[in-house]
Order: sequence, then C-alpha cells, then structure tokens
Amino acid sequence: MKPIFMTYTKKDLINLAVCMVLSVLIIPTFIKTEYWYTSILIPWLCLALATIGQQIVMGYTGQLALGAAGFMAAGAFAMFNLILRVPDLGFVGSLIVSGLIAAAFGILFGLPSLKVRGIYLMVATLASQFFIIWMIDKFGWFKNYDSSGIITAQDIVILGKPFTTPLAMYFVCLAVTTILTLLAMNMARGSTGRNWMAVRDMDIAAESMGVSLLRTKVQAFAISAFYCGVAGALFAFCYLKSLEPVAFDIKLSFKILFMCILGGLGTINGAFIGAAFILLFPVLLNAIGNNVFHGAIDATIISSIEQVIFGLLMIIFMIYEPLGMAKLWENLKQSMRSKLSSSGIKGVKSPVLKK
Amino acid sequence: MAYERKFKIGKPILEVNNISLAFGGVKAITDTSFNVLEHEVRAIIGPNGAGKSSMLNCINGIYKPQQGTVSFRGQVVPNITPNIMAQMGLSRTFQNLALFKRMSVLDNILVGRKLHTKTNFLEVALQLPKVKKEEKLNRERSEEIISFLEIEDIKDTPVGKLPYGLQKKVELGRALATDSSIILLDEPMAGMNVEEKRDMCRFILKVNDELGTTMVLIEHDMGVVMDISDRVVVLDYGKVIGDGTPDEIMANQKVIDAYLGVEH
Amino acid sequence: MANELLFFMEVLVGGLLAGTMYSLVALGFVLIFKASATFNFSQGAMVFFSVLAFCGFMQDFNIPFVLAFILAAFLMVVVGLCTERLVLRPLMNASEDTVLMATIGLGYVLEGLAQAAWGVEVRRLDLGIGDFPVPWIADNLKLFISALDITAGLVAAIMIIGLFLLFKYTKIGLGLRAVADDAGAASSIGIPLKHIMLLVWSAAGVVALVAGMMWGARAGVQFALVDLALKALPVLIIGGFSSIPGAIIGGLIIGAVEKILEVYIGPFFGGAIEGWAPYVLAIFFLLYRPEGLFGEKIIRRV
Ligand SMILES: Nc1ncnc2c1ncn2[C@@H]1O[C@H](COP(=O)(O)OP(=O)(O)OP(=O)(O)O)[C@@H](O)[C@H]1O
Ligand SMILES: [Mg+2]
Repeated sequence: MKPIFMTYTKKDLINLAVCMVLSVLIIPTFIKTEYWYTSILIPWLCLALATIGQQIVMGYTGQLALGAAGFMAAGAFAMFNLILRVPDLGFVGSLIVSGLIAAAFGILFGLPSLKVRGIYLMVATLASQFFIIWMIDKFGWFKNYDSSGIITAQDIVILGKPFTTPLAMYFVCLAVTTILTLLAMNMARGSTGRNWMAVRDMDIAAESMGVSLLRTKVQAFAISAFYCGVAGALFAFCYLKSLEPVAFDIKLSFKILFMCILGGLGTINGAFIGAAFILLFPVLLNAIGNNVFHGAIDATIISSIEQVIFGLLMIIFMIYEPLGMAKLWENLKQSMRSKLSSSGIKGVKSPVLKK
Repeated sequence: MAYERKFKIGKPILEVNNISLAFGGVKAITDTSFNVLEHEVRAIIGPNGAGKSSMLNCINGIYKPQQGTVSFRGQVVPNITPNIMAQMGLSRTFQNLALFKRMSVLDNILVGRKLHTKTNFLEVALQLPKVKKEEKLNRERSEEIISFLEIEDIKDTPVGKLPYGLQKKVELGRALATDSSIILLDEPMAGMNVEEKRDMCRFILKVNDELGTTMVLIEHDMGVVMDISDRVVVLDYGKVIGDGTPDEIMANQKVIDAYLGVEH
Repeated sequence: MANELLFFMEVLVGGLLAGTMYSLVALGFVLIFKASATFNFSQGAMVFFSVLAFCGFMQDFNIPFVLAFILAAFLMVVVGLCTERLVLRPLMNASEDTVLMATIGLGYVLEGLAQAAWGVEVRRLDLGIGDFPVPWIADNLKLFISALDITAGLVAAIMIIGLFLLFKYTKIGLGLRAVADDAGAASSIGIPLKHIMLLVWSAAGVVALVAGMMWGARAGVQFALVDLALKALPVLIIGGFSSIPGAIIGGLIIGAVEKILEVYIGPFFGGAIEGWAPYVLAIFFLLYRPEGLFGEKIIRRV
C-alpha cells in the first residue's frame, strides 16, 4: 500500500482516526470514573511510550537492553529539577529537555553495545539501571534536599493553564504519546528504521553497505532513552504525582521488557498491546479474586499467581510465537480474511488480487 | 570476448599486497598478492578451505590480516573497515547469505542505498520534504534494480521466506543498489541450477558491461569461471598458485595438480 | 600503618569470602551454559525458590534439616527435569536471545510459585553458624572475619572441587564435555543427551540451594536474594560463561573489589555503591576483554 500522508497508508490513517475519535471523544464522554484515568489510561499511555523506547532499541535494533526504568527515572527527576530551577522553560520545554537528558545517559550506557551483544549487553545496561537510581538517591541535590524520600511532583501548567484534573492529565499524556508515536512510526518506516533493522538482522552486512554500527546503535539508544525519559516524566507527574527513585527499580524495567516482548518485538502497535495486557491483566485477576472468591485469596497470592502467568506466557510465546501478540493479531486477521475470501463472499477482495 | 567493450579495462582499482591471515594456529592466507583492474571481471578460484572467502573478508575489513595491505585506486587504505570500504565504493555479497531476514526484498535493497541517503533521523521523523524527495529517488533506483533482476513479484516478501536461489539474487541486488564501482561476489551461484546460473551470469555481465562495474567473484563452477571472467587468480592453502587469463590458468600445471589432488 | 594494613586485609578477606557466594551462584550458571549453551537467567530465581522451599519444609512442616535438604534438592531435580522437557527442548533451534527470554520467563514462574507456596515474609534461616568474627582468628591474627563467610568459602571450595572431579574423571563428565563441544555430534555417537541435561540441571539446582542457604543465613530468605543473585552476571562476564575456574575467580574479584570500593571510596558518595560497582566493573572488562578472563577469543565466521 502506498503512503498517503507522511509514511502513513490509508489504513493507518483510518486506524488513527478511529483511535483519535475513541480517545478524544468517546472515552471522555462515557467514562466518568476517575479510577479509569488515574489507574489505567494514564499509566497505560506512559508505559506504552516507554515500551516504544524499548522497542526501538530492542525490537528494531536488536540490542538486548534492560534498563528502561533507569532512563525513566532520569527523565522524571530531570523534569522535577527543570521545573524547580528553570521555570522559564515551561512544561513542554522541560519535557523535551528531560528527554534529552535521559538520551545523554542512553548514549553513555549504550556505548558497550558496540563491543558486545546478547546477555553481555544486558549486564552492561543493568549498570545504567542501578547507577542512575543510586545517583538520584545519594545526591540530595536531585531531590532538592528533601529528607522524606518522596517528593510531590509540581502541578502541570501549560501556557498558564493548570492541568490537574485526571481528565486534563489524560489529555496531556494522550497528546504527547500520540505525537511521539507518529514520529516513531515515521522513523521506523523510513531510512532510519531500515538502518536499525539491518543492524538487528545482520550487522556485518549492514556495515558492508555503509551503515555505521556506531552511529546506528548509539542513535537507537539515544532515541530509546529519550522516549523512556519523556515517559518517565509523564509517569511521575501524571500517574505517581510524586518522585521517588524506588518507583523506577529493576522490576519496572522487567515489566517494560515483558510489555515489549509479549506485545511483539519490532512493532509500534505491539507496545500498546503489550502495555495494555501487562497493566490490565492484574486488574482482571484482582477482580476475579474479589468477585469470584470474595477475597478468600490473599492479595499477595494473587500477585504471585500473576507473576507465574506472566512468566508462563513469556515461555509460551518464545516457543510458539516469538514475535508476540501483535503477530498473533496479524495472523488472526490474515486467516479471517483468507477464510472470507475462500468462502466466496462478495465484496471482500483476496489479498492477492489487491496487490 | 569478441565484442567492443564500452568500458575499457584500465588501471588497477584494487591491489592486495602480501596479505597473511591466521586464526590461532590455522594459516588461512599466506603472503598473497594480486590485483584487480578497473572494469574487469576477476575470478578467484581454489579448493574448499583455500582462503578465498577469508581474502574477501580481508579486502573489506571484516577480518584484520596480521600482515599486508590493501590499496584502492593506488592508495593504501589504512584501518580498513567494512564501512570505510563501502564509502570508497566497494560493495559485496556473502557466501552464506547475509540478508536482513525479517525485512522485505525491497527494504533489503533500500538498505543498499544507505550511502545515497543524507537525511538524518530527525528529518525522517518529521518527514521533511527533502526526506520524501530522497526516499522517492532511492525507491525508484531500487525498483529499477528489482525489475532488472526480474524479482518484481516478490518485492514485498520478507527475504527469510524466500528460497536460496532467490535470496542470492536479492543479495546481488542489494550490492548493486550501492552503485559501487567494484563488487565482490562470494559464490553468487552456489546451489543454483543451470538455468539460474545462466541468469546470474547474464546479470553480472550486463552490469559489468553497461555500468562498467568491476566484478570480483569466487566461483567453483569452472565452466562459468572460464566463460565470464577476464582474469583468474587461483588460491590453494592460502597461497596464489596461478594468476592469468582463463586459457593460461587451464594450461597451468600447478593448478591442474591442485585440482586433481582435491576432488570436486 | 600496621593497623591500616590489617584493616585492608580484613576488608579484602571479607570481600573474597563474600565473593565465594557470588561464585556459587555463577557456578550454577556455568554448568548449564556448558551443557546447553543456554544463558539461564533464572539461576537467581532458582536460588530463591530452592532455599525458600528448604525453609518452608523445615519451619512449616518441622522436617529435620537433613531431610529438608534432601527434599529441596529433589524438588530442584524436578524443576530441572520440567525445564529441560518443557522449556529447553522445544527451543532447541531457537536463537540465543529467544532462549534467554524464555529463561527470564522461567525465573518469573519460579519466583511466583515460591511466593504463592510459602508466602512473602522474610524468613530467618539459622544454620547454627554465627555471622560474627571467629574469636580464634580475631585473637591470633587480629583479623575480624565472620564464621559464616569462612563456612561459605569452605562449602564453595568443596563444591567446586567436587564438580571439578566429577567433570574431569567420570564418564558423565566426559559426556558433558562432549556435549558442550558439539551437542549434535555427541548425541550421534550415543552419548545420552537427555541424561546429561537432566544431570546438569539438577547439579545447578543443588548448587543454587547451597548458595541460597549461605545467602539466606546472612541476609534472611527473601525476594531480595534474586537481585543479589543477579550479581552473578557481572561475575560471569569477568570469568567467562563457560569456565568453572572463571566463575570462581570472577566471584572473588567482584567480592573483593566491591568491598574495597565500598569501604574506601563509598563514604565519599554516601555509600551503597556495591549496588552498581560490579556492573560498571563488568563494563570495563567487556570493553577490554569481551570474551572474559578464561574464554577464548572467537572471530565470527562470515
Ligand atoms: N572466523 C574464522 N575462525 C576460524 N577459522 C576460520 C574462520 N574463517 C575461516 N577460517 C578458516 O580459514 C580457512 C580458509 O577458509 P575460507 O572460508 O576462507 O575458505 P574458502 O576458500 O572460502 O573455502 P570454501 O570454498 O569452502 O568457501 C579454513 O581452514 C577455515 O576453517
Ligand atoms: Mg568461501
């Protein structure tokens, strides 16, 4: 299919329109409970954004990195300090600079990727995770010498208007996520994305075609960390409404890794699918625990079960569909389409004819 | 070759000087020198394990030889890396296929256009007009190559799903897309049937003839080598044992012995 | 001056002995890597799983120490068997990274199961060995070194020598080395791959149990063990993934360096640099010697 606008095909634009109508019109009109915004939609958008960051470095560029939460922390605390110390930057300016600061860390800790791959790289990126969290924790300046350990995030003010209600914050997250998602799609489908994937699929051949491994990998790490940094800032300011380093511990990095892999490596929509699944599944499990077993099962047991299921899913996907849920969805659509066309329903063109 | 060549064979474009390469105790190449002239079709032959692929890998900087130099257009290239060689106008294919498996045929070939892509990631993210213009040009060139290689019908298929012979063609296409002045081909016809081989020869000769691209190829099929190459260099146990026109090579006693000694 | 030196010795020895605990976890890693070229990310979870089960048997069911140990070890054999059958065999032809991800999933499963079965509270594990300086050494050598550290060091040494002998001198060991070199070839000449895999996973399980007991006696049996065990990864990078001596020396290096840095440099930064120092050390190692201390340099074939 030919792109119509930027790199988007007609199908993309239809999907985008549907998503926009859903998220801008339908959701705000029909969902009035705050719970949905504060506990589901906002964290979903933030984590999906961080997962896109993870996708760029892992799904597209093939570098096993495990430190997304560290970059998120860098972004979140950069945001706090920028608003505190450089109020003139404004919210959007601070958000961008926070992303850039996270990107600087991304470049620094992405450098080992030039020498090593696989689990070796994973260990190297763990250094970033532990180092960043430690640094924020140990140097009081980052926390404005607050001794309580938890700092309240400043209110979001854009162009003099406060964005403090759940709905308003939801719109902030939605706007940022939408813009960054569209930009990520442009990169992924353009020459930038081709370089990433070439490095992922066969680095030596890529290099022989003039793709610089240094530039491509460092670039991927930087962009990935930028996305994580912005996501971390939103996560702290719109969801947690507070800043504490432990909120960005290694568990969150693993969570994002799971979102990325279960959602579908090397796809942008997989980031949204994966984030939704990992976020919603525990909610579902808790609901079952409360409504079916009427609280007879301990909450810690439920979260243990959740962990077991995530682990099992990871194993099952690795065995049967390493490309995750996005690929499953794709396959499902394909088999539906071919079923429809083979049963001779008029008006449905077979994929072959369409070309 | 009886016909008049559009691009007359010229000065050496590539010179390999006294290269030696060892892997631990295994000596893959020992003090080897030969050259490649501009616009010619140069074949490298030799029994299995003779060091042919290692030679190509030294030429484009994937392996670092312990000794010797590579000169490009008369200049010794210091610190050879695949990237530097690509920028100087040298492209290649690999013996064991090194395609981007999860990418489509068209995208694989588009990666070959990398050095003709000047826009940066920010411009790509924002899809500035110059990105679109450049992308359009690159796509047109890639489509041209795709139709030249007669693989239009598979251009959107992920290459990992294609049969071996087609993958070899795609790899040639990717090398062509770079518009390099010299292309190294490591067994481009391995595993092909007679008809496919004939096609491949046709493509190689046509590119050489029409664009003047210098071709260096490793090939085991003697018939093919004798048919299409201008000059042949023979390696055995990492050493040059013959270098000359196909006719000279056919008459070279050392070469005959090497080939009789090792069954093919 | 003498005091400073003594203090340094104390820090160093303490670090080295604590390092043996890292070595123990790393050892489990190496065993599996040697036999199946699999990076078993769940080794840390296995430590937690096995020792929690051991504590559970002892404390919730009043099973005596030895029997609880045997039961826990048996449980690890079962875990090994299931892993081999259900996870690794279907992934025989999958890429390295895919298998790694699957073992991350396995780690999640084990952690979840352990907590579902035995709860999430921190358990105390009393091995009857105190975590305080041995008086004899304190009196005679003026070094304050914990009895637990010494025990851990001894246990690690015994296990390492045992494994070493097992691999060097028994038929099983020969088989293992054959498998490590070339699984296909080994099975085609009739070395029963299945048994070897099972054996290796069981051995790794028991090593995990012992490591868990040592760690648990010091820090309590709790989820944080998983994060501690993660430090086996930098150990492996320094020692190389396929070398048993490498795992030992890597562990000692990490243990010693981390302690020395913590004691001498940590105070300038508010402490707790142990959390990341091993990883940063690993990065420097990676840049300098990516194949590890004992690994061979391999030039990728193209
Ligand atoms: N990366 C490597 N590591 C170790 N040894 C290597 C490596 N690459 C090649 N060799 C060895 O170098 C020698 C030459 O190999 P090379 O692949 O260059 O031979 P070749 O002439 O291309 O053979 P073929 O016709 O089989 O492709 C062989 O002995 C091979 O085993
Ligand atoms: Mg070869």
